[in-house]
Amino acid sequence: MIQQIDYYAIAPPLILALTAGLVLLLDAFLPRRPYARPVLDAVTLAGVFGSLGFVVSQALRDGPPIQTFCVPEGLAGPARAGLGALTPAGGGIVAGRPLGAVAGPSCSFAVDGFTLIFAGLALVAGAVVVLLSMTELSSKDIPVGEWYFLLLCVLVGAVTLPAARDLIMLVVALELVSLPVFALTALRRYDGRGSEAAVKLFLVSVVSTAVMLFGVSLLYGMTGTVYLDRLAQALREAPRALDGPGMDPVSTDGGAMETIARIGDQWSSVPEYTSLQLVYDLPPVIPVAVVLVIAGFAFKVAAVPFHAWAADVYQGAPLPVAALLSVISKAAGFAGLILVLVAALHSQIATWAPIIAIVAALTMTAGNLLALRQRNAVRLLAWSSVAQSGYILAPLGVETPEAVGASITYLVFYAAMNLGAFTVVMLVSRRRERGELDDYRGLVFRNPAAGLALAFFLICLAGLPPGLAGLFAKIVVFREIVDGGGAWLAIVMAVNTVIGLYYYVAWAARIFTPVRAAADGTAAADGTAAREADPAAAGESGTGAVPGVGGARGGWLPVGAAIVLTGVVALAFSVAPQLVLDLVPAFFTASR
Amino acid sequence: MTSLMNWLPIMLLGVPLAGAVALIVPSRPDGAAGGRSLRVHGLAVSGITFALSVVLAVAFDYGDAARVQFETDMAWIPGLDLRFHLGVDGISLPLVVLTALLTFLCFVYLSWGKADGPGQLLRPAPAGTRPRALVFTLLVLEVGMIGTFLALDLLLFFVFFEIVLIPMYFVIAIWGGRARRTAAIKFILYTLLGSVVLLLGLLLIWAQTGTLDVIALARAQGTGMSRSVQIIAFVAVGIGLAVKTPMWPLHTWLPDAHTEAPTVGSVLLAGVLLKMGTYGFARIAIPVLPDGAAAVAPWLGAFAVVGIIYGALACLAQRDLKRMIAYSSIGHMGFVLLGFATLTPVGVNAALFGNIAHGLITGLLFFVAGAVKERYGTADMPALGGGMLSRLPHLGSLLTFACIASLGLPGLAGFWGEMLALLGAFEPAPGLSRPLFLTFMAVGGIGAVLTAAYFLVMLSRVTHGRPVDTVHVPALAGSGPAEEAVAADYGTLPLTGTSGAGAGGSADEDDSGRRDGQPGPRAAGDAAGFRDVMRHELVAWTPLVGLILLFGLWPKALLLVTDPVVRTLVGAP
Repeated sequence: MIQQIDYYAIAPPLILALTAGLVLLLDAFLPRRPYARPVLDAVTLAGVFGSLGFVVSQALRDGPPIQTFCVPEGLAGPARAGLGALTPAGGGIVAGRPLGAVAGPSCSFAVDGFTLIFAGLALVAGAVVVLLSMTELSSKDIPVGEWYFLLLCVLVGAVTLPAARDLIMLVVALELVSLPVFALTALRRYDGRGSEAAVKLFLVSVVSTAVMLFGVSLLYGMTGTVYLDRLAQALREAPRALDGPGMDPVSTDGGAMETIARIGDQWSSVPEYTSLQLVYDLPPVIPVAVVLVIAGFAFKVAAVPFHAWAADVYQGAPLPVAALLSVISKAAGFAGLILVLVAALHSQIATWAPIIAIVAALTMTAGNLLALRQRNAVRLLAWSSVAQSGYILAPLGVETPEAVGASITYLVFYAAMNLGAFTVVMLVSRRRERGELDDYRGLVFRNPAAGLALAFFLICLAGLPPGLAGLFAKIVVFREIVDGGGAWLAIVMAVNTVIGLYYYVAWAARIFTPVRAAADGTAAADGTAAREADPAAAGESGTGAVPGVGGARGGWLPVGAAIVLTGVVALAFSVAPQLVLDLVPAFFTASR
Repeated sequence: MTSLMNWLPIMLLGVPLAGAVALIVPSRPDGAAGGRSLRVHGLAVSGITFALSVVLAVAFDYGDAARVQFETDMAWIPGLDLRFHLGVDGISLPLVVLTALLTFLCFVYLSWGKADGPGQLLRPAPAGTRPRALVFTLLVLEVGMIGTFLALDLLLFFVFFEIVLIPMYFVIAIWGGRARRTAAIKFILYTLLGSVVLLLGLLLIWAQTGTLDVIALARAQGTGMSRSVQIIAFVAVGIGLAVKTPMWPLHTWLPDAHTEAPTVGSVLLAGVLLKMGTYGFARIAIPVLPDGAAAVAPWLGAFAVVGIIYGALACLAQRDLKRMIAYSSIGHMGFVLLGFATLTPVGVNAALFGNIAHGLITGLLFFVAGAVKERYGTADMPALGGGMLSRLPHLGSLLTFACIASLGLPGLAGFWGEMLALLGAFEPAPGLSRPLFLTFMAVGGIGAVLTAAYFLVMLSRVTHGRPVDTVHVPALAGSGPAEEAVAADYGTLPLTGTSGAGAGGSADEDDSGRRDGQPGPRAAGDAAGFRDVMRHELVAWTPLVGLILLFGLWPKALLLVTDPVVRTLVGAP
């Protein structure tokens, strides 16, 4: 069989991949001249925007979702393993068709609203990260070509992942997001912190991948299919198949344990079934697989109890990579989690929703409490982004599948706000390498634009006016939780909002605190402080004093552009949050 | 004409907002001319806003005060059902005017004349006062305050309710007194905790009824929500509002915030921000959730009278003048909450009247107390030492007037709110336990007596007696430099001296230096630095004095506006 490939559908990741190759080639063959790096900058940025252009054009086009890499209906997965074997002696025919097959073809790659919003998010965030990279590369000893190649590879993964509609593709895309990040983290030569961060990230990520693969293989083993839609159908129909066609389908959603008990009763009371052993063994595997898959993704999104890597890795990695981890990797993790949970394991909602709710509550609490004590800007952002993960997870914890929209909405708002904060941190870190919170004292006097922007992003993250974006994002999440009856989760989140406010506001207040008293204190002890404070009057925008291969020429320009970009987006989200709410899809193609 | 009038609420928000935005545009402010234009800017923007609110009050149709007038209803965020729905009726109109008036008076106080008097934070000189930021902050604050009273959409109300937090935080944290950082963070954390609980309550209402329209919800009188849901929602909304009000035992943020805030901050905090909490009861909690209100009212009343007694007793124990006034606010808000708890038209009218009266009186009190603090360099009553009436006769008289108004002397505005609230408790709504409310009334009456007691004690300590100041001269002389020294010691408190208290202290420094030369009792006018009421103060305070007298002598002026709305809200004929 020859598969038809719709190249229009796969254009965004394809362009990114081609650009990645081009960057590598250019890096190899361009002469080592000062203009080489800007050329690579430009090519990378062009690739990202080209890909974004295709995403936009796909979003603007009418008609049904595009699907590609499809297998026709007839090529159903083998109905021999797992639940397939559970079918009654009747021969595996339920409602007129074999179990595990659906009406119509199953596709591995789908471009629908869900795909487009995540791909767009990843690409816009990617553009910001590229802008940050320009500054980072201009002053640090980092190989340019490799950096951009790896960055583009991450973006390929991040764009492919939300489009993936089978487990294999999902895992491959997720690994494509994760693997280059290790290298990116360690790419700064002779940097102990960076190497440590890379090793930590590597170990955590590999373990999580292993755990998730185990869960995925269990799912495949039980249902005999990797396609999310067939998986969903197999899991939905399996209990019905056991209980007979007269069974009310709604009651099968009543919880895995009930299902198991019911299955057990039925089988023990009906002696003509022979494969008793199978029945007793297999259904409990479903919750195990669900838990393993959740655990795997929990690593990726830094949810409790797999959150401990966040601060060290964020701090050790170059700043653009930290930004990438906190937004692109996280978005990819959430995209995968949502796809698996909602598209494939929808019928198991009673199993996973309580788990997610508890994980969300713990994540936001742990993240906020740890952030309270931080003195370093990046570490604070790391823990705060853990806490924000909790808010994003929270709507998934109530047993209404529509709540997914709230998660996606919050993620989009969060991406804009958090990236914005990272851009300003990047700007400040050019002059003050340590990145302590006290370095932000009086920022608004040295550089009013950056100071105001950072204050705005922080207030947004805290969720207070004038940062209306954050406020509305929180309201969306609260609404779904209250609507879905998760009262305790809403209260936990309310308390967490207050805890979070403390450190965000404490940081924001530093920006407006005059620096004089502090600078006087440190100047006596440390001559460099005075040297720093002096040219700082001219703004952070002066040429960097850090020696580097590329020189510091124009290093602030891309960061400035990134600040403006994120600032405008966050402002637009504040004034018209409807922009995001309109984009968030109501359903997936695969969950039909 | 009517269509033009419908723009009034939007302009009330738009003018201060535009005024604030105009300040973001970079310019070179650090000249004398820049300072003057800044003062003119602040005065003009708040003046126009106040003028608009007066136009609103004049154009308001008093024959139909229960109807929402000047309504604006536009979709803002359809995804959240959030509509930009503004309007004015009899209970919001007085508060809107009060807000615009107090903000305008604050700007008058800050920038009248040459702006070099005590308390005028916009004064051109020393680095660090940051006049531009102060004007910006106050204007944003005004947007939030007016918006809260205009909003007729639950979430819009919440958004405006939240807008005031950050500006007020900065007003306290930047221009406040010595312990301002702690006070500011306490203020914002407490009130935010209240806000999120309020948000949960509002979302619960929304989840149950499917609408955010306050008018529709009030008309529905709670249909669509079971009694238990109403109780939960009322408790959540009530806690959120009670933190802001503040109700005992959720009041602990208030004394610190008031004490540390600069004069204008205290005035707006007491005069308007506290009213946002009580207004929420009248606008949302009681009309939208009648069954919940009926169930929770006894508790509300109990907390209210505990607050009255607690506030009065705490006042008796205070040494700091501003702190004492802050605690007195807790007592007065207790009367307001007691009025709401009766759920009768009399009680709710009393509460709304008490709201306005408290805004005027406590605004004046904080103005005067701030003036005292800036002259003496301290608000510590033993250090003030008495004899103010002979040393600063006008300031002393104004302080006496404000205190007497606050303790509820008949003929002044403070009387009616308390008296009517107690009257309401005498005959609570059917369904509420009458003996219980009679007890509340009795306890509240004792509280009123205690209120009189602490104000009179304070007056006898501060305004009467001989101005003996030999005892506390060291404290005064040391106030300026000592504060600087403290600031230098604690690296965490930079620039204390450049804010209001420090500048006041330096004025005292000259004065006390002179005083060292001639110890002993002095006549009032012999110290040039110790000036009596000045022009900018007089201009800012006279309207308040006039209004206190007006509403004290003619309470119907206000009650006629609120009564029709209250009757529809409470459901009484």
